[in-house]
Amino acid sequence: MKVSLTINGVARSHDVEPRLLLVNYIRDVVGLTGTHIGCDTSQCGACTVLLNGQAVKSCTILAAQAEGARITTIEGLARDGQLHPLQEGFWEKHGLQCGFCTPGMIMAGYGLLQRNPHPTEEEIRHGLEGNLCRCTGYQNIVAAIQWAAEHGGTQPVGAP
Amino acid sequence: MAIAESPTETKLVGQSVKRKEDPRLITGGGQYLDDIKLPNTAHVAILHSPHAHARIRSIDTSAARALPGVIDVITGADLKDSVNPLPCAMPAGGVENHLVPHRVLAVDKVRFTGDNVAAVVAESPYIARDALDLIVVDYEVLPAVVDQEKAMADGAPQLHDEAPGNICMHWTAGDAEGTDAAIKGAEVVVRQRFRNQRLIPTPMETRGAMARYDAGTGETTIWMTSQAPHVHKILLAAFVLGIPEHKLRCIAPEVGGGFGAKIFLYADMAIVAVLAKRTGRPVKYVETRSENYVVTTHGRDHIQDVELSATRDGRITGLRVRCMANLGAYLSTIAPGVVATLFGRMVSGPYKIPNIFSEIYGVYTNTAMVDAYRGAGRPEATYLIERMVDLLAAELKMDPAEVRRKNFIQPQDFPYTPPKLGMLPYDSGEYAKTLDVALQKSGYAELRRRQEEARAQGRLVGIGLASYVEICGVAPSAWIQKEGWGGPLYESAQVRVLATGKVIATTGTSPHGQGHETTFAQIVADQFGIGMDDVEVVHGDSAGAPFGLGTYGSRSLAVGGSALVKASQKVREKIMAIGAHLLEVAPEDVEYTGGAVSVKGTPGRQKTFGEIAMAAWLGTSLPPGMEGQLEATSVFDPPDCTFPFGTHICEVEIDRETGRPTITRYVAVDDVGPVINPMIVDGQVHGGIAQGIGQALYEGAVYDDNGQLLSGSMTDYTVPKTTDVPRFDLDRTVTPSPVNPLGSKGAGETGTIVSTPTVVGAVMDALSPLGIRHIDMPLTAQTIWKAMQAAQKH
Repeated sequence: MKVSLTINGVARSHDVEPRLLLVNYIRDVVGLTGTHIGCDTSQCGACTVLLNGQAVKSCTILAAQAEGARITTIEGLARDGQLHPLQEGFWEKHGLQCGFCTPGMIMAGYGLLQRNPHPTEEEIRHGLEGNLCRCTGYQNIVAAIQWAAEHGGTQPVGAP
Repeated sequence: MAIAESPTETKLVGQSVKRKEDPRLITGGGQYLDDIKLPNTAHVAILHSPHAHARIRSIDTSAARALPGVIDVITGADLKDSVNPLPCAMPAGGVENHLVPHRVLAVDKVRFTGDNVAAVVAESPYIARDALDLIVVDYEVLPAVVDQEKAMADGAPQLHDEAPGNICMHWTAGDAEGTDAAIKGAEVVVRQRFRNQRLIPTPMETRGAMARYDAGTGETTIWMTSQAPHVHKILLAAFVLGIPEHKLRCIAPEVGGGFGAKIFLYADMAIVAVLAKRTGRPVKYVETRSENYVVTTHGRDHIQDVELSATRDGRITGLRVRCMANLGAYLSTIAPGVVATLFGRMVSGPYKIPNIFSEIYGVYTNTAMVDAYRGAGRPEATYLIERMVDLLAAELKMDPAEVRRKNFIQPQDFPYTPPKLGMLPYDSGEYAKTLDVALQKSGYAELRRRQEEARAQGRLVGIGLASYVEICGVAPSAWIQKEGWGGPLYESAQVRVLATGKVIATTGTSPHGQGHETTFAQIVADQFGIGMDDVEVVHGDSAGAPFGLGTYGSRSLAVGGSALVKASQKVREKIMAIGAHLLEVAPEDVEYTGGAVSVKGTPGRQKTFGEIAMAAWLGTSLPPGMEGQLEATSVFDPPDCTFPFGTHICEVEIDRETGRPTITRYVAVDDVGPVINPMIVDGQVHGGIAQGIGQALYEGAVYDDNGQLLSGSMTDYTVPKTTDVPRFDLDRTVTPSPVNPLGSKGAGETGTIVSTPTVVGAVMDALSPLGIRHIDMPLTAQTIWKAMQAAQKH
C-alpha cells in the first residue's frame, strides 16, 4: 500500500507492506538511521520521534497510520547546521555515553519541554519515564534538559 | 614515569572537556551496526530451541527453503565438519575444568532456549523471520534443571557427557585448615546464605553481526557489536572458522553499550561469516530484544554460603565462602575464570582477614550462559563481605562504620596481599579516608539522628553503608595466563604524527560509551603540547592496527591510556632529537615545553611541533642514521592490576503500606586515582550506581522449572527508569596507583560493585526493628511487603 508523509520537511511517498512499523519505514525505507530500536515491547523509547509535533514511539505506530503526518526525527532537529538547545544541552552536560538511547531521549525531551517549558527535576524524571538509558544513571540527562530549558529549549524544530 | 614528571604542560588532563563523540551522536549520525547499510545485503534469522533440554531427532528445512525470498537455510549438520565449536578462552586456573563443546548450530542436543538450531538467510529480515516458522524440528524433550544446587544433586538431568554431575570445575583458594580452626574457636560466628541473583546486562543496543566476503581477495570482514574486535578476530580465525588470521577483518562500529555482554564470542558472528561466503552477498543479523534476553549472556547467579568469625570486639578472624556459580548451558568465553579469579580471590574485600578459604563449584544448567557483567565477580564478592560485616555489626550491636574501620587494611600495609588467596598485591589504598569523607559528606551522625526520630514516628528509615576494594585495570599477561586466560592482557597503542602536525592515536581499546576519543586525545595532546582538535583517536578496526585486547574490566585508561603515554614518549624522544639537530645543539641541551623544542636557557630558539613534524616527513634534515616519519608503537603490560576503593552511604525509607523502598539520599566517595576527565568519570559512576541499584531493588532474571525465561521482556525484567533512581552526590579522594604512568585505577565498574550492598544494607537497616535479618534481592516492594507481613505474624 502507498504511504505519503513528510519527514524533516521533505515529502516522502513509498509503497510499503501494511505491517511495516513507522520506525522501520524511517530507518530502512527512508534511510534515516538516527532513530533506534532498543526493544520489541514499546518500553525503551529509543524510537521516539515527533509526529505532528508530539513525541511518540515510532515502534508502536504503523507507517500507514502516519499517512499525511509531519514527522521530525533527530536528523531534523538542528536548523541550518545550528544545533537545537536540547542537543547542545546533552553535549554540555554529558547527557550521553554510548549514545544509543540519545536520539529518542532528546525527542522525548523536546515533547516534555513543549508541554512544560520549565519543569522541575521531578517533572523531568516523570516526563522521561518512557525512555530507558542503561549508561548514564539519568542524572546528566536531567541536567541536560534543565540546561536546554534555560537556553531556549522550547524553540520549535526544523522546517515547518 | 608519571605525567606530572614529563616536561610538557598539563593543560587538558584533569579537565572536564566536552566529548568529541557527541556531535555525531546527538544528531543521529552515529553508525551503529544496524545503521550500516551495504548494497545487496541479505538478512539472517536464527531459530532458537523452544525447549531448555532436548535431543534433536530431525530437522526439515524444505518448507522454509521454498518460501519466496529465502536464499538458504543451514543447520548444525551443514557446519559440523567445517566450523569448530566456540572455545572457552579462560577455564578456571590451576584446576581441572570439564570443558564442553558448544556448537555454533546445535547438532544432536539443545541445552537452553537460546541454543541455535538453524539459520535462514533471505532477501528481507521479515521473510527470514517468517521462514523460521516453517522449519520443522522433531525434538525429544528431556527434563531440565535451572538451579545450580539442584543440578549438582544426585539424579539431576545431565547436560553434557563431558561434565559428570554438571560440574565444570571445583576450585579453591586460601587456607582451609586455618579458616576452619578460626571459625571453630571463634567468640562470634555469623552464617548466612546469599543468592546473588541472575541479571540480564541489557545494553540499549542489542547484539548483531554483519559479514562480507570478497571472493577476489579472499578476505572476510565482520562488523560486530563488540567490546573486543581483535579478540573476536583471533578466536574466529584460529579456533572456529579456520580462516587465515590475515584474511579476517573485524570491526566494531559505534557500539551501544556492552557492560560485558559484548565481550564474548557468539555463534551469530560465525554464522554471518559462513553465510556471506555461501551466498556471495553481505549478510546481516541483528537480534531482537527478546532474543537478547534469551540468548545473550547473563550475569551473576551465585548461591553463596558464608561464615565469618570474629572477636567480640569486632575484629574479623576468619572467612569461609562456599559458592555454587551457575555457568549456564555451555561455557561463555571467560566464565570460569571470572568466577575463580575475579570473585574467588576477592572475597575478603578491603579487610585484613587472617584466615580465608574460598571454594567454588562452577555448574552447568539449562539456562543462558553466565559470564562477566559490569563488575564481573567483584559485585558478587563485595556483596557477600559487606552483608556479612553488617550482620556482624548487628550481632555485636556495633556501628557498621566502626566495624569496617576496625578491620580495614591500613595504608602502611600496601602493597597488600590477602593471605594465601592467590591474589595480586593491592597496589595502594587509604580506605579509612574514603570512609571518613563519606561519613562527613552524608552527615552520618545527623542521618542516624533523623533515623531515630523517624523510628519514633513508626517510620521505616534505614541507613546503608558499604566499603569496597576491587580489582581492575586487567591485567599482567603472565599472571592472567596462569589464571587460565589463553592470551595476553597488555594493551597496544600507536602514535603517528602526520606531515602537517596532526596526530593519529590508535588504541587497542574498544569504547562503547566511555569517551576514549576524548580522554585519550586529552592525554596525547598534552604529551605533545598541541590542541585536542589536532589529535584523532582511532579504535575498533583490526585492520591497520596493532592487536588490542578491548574494553572491559575497567582497563582502558590504566592499560590502554598508559600504552598511549609510552608510545607518545617514544615519539617525543625522536622529536627532541630532530629538534636538537635542526637547532644545531646537542640533544641534552634542549627541552620540550609548550608544544616546541627549545634550547635550554635561550628563549626564542625553538622548533615547533609542526615544524618538526614537517621535517620528519621531508626526511632530508634528520640526525644521521635516523629514519623519517614520526611514529611509535608501544605495548603496556601492567606489572599489577589496579585496585580502586571507596565507601558509599545511602538513606532509604520504606512505605509501611506498600513495602516500596525509596532512596532519599545517596553519597558516593571513590578513589580511582588521578582523573583525566572528571565529567566522564562522574558519568561512569552515575551509570554504575544505577545498575547496582537495579540489582538491589528491581532486576532479576527468572526461569521456570522447564527452563523457560519468564522475565523475557522489558515488561518483566525491569531495568531502572528515571524515577527509579535518585540523585547521586559524588566525591573523590586521589591515591595514585604506582603500577602505571598515569597513576590511574579505572572507574567503570566501581559504582555497580558497591551500590548494591549499600542499598540492600539500607533496606535491611530500615527493616531491622521488625526483626528481619536478611532478604534476597531484588528487594522489590512486593518482596519487602511479604517479608514485613511474615515478620508481623511472629
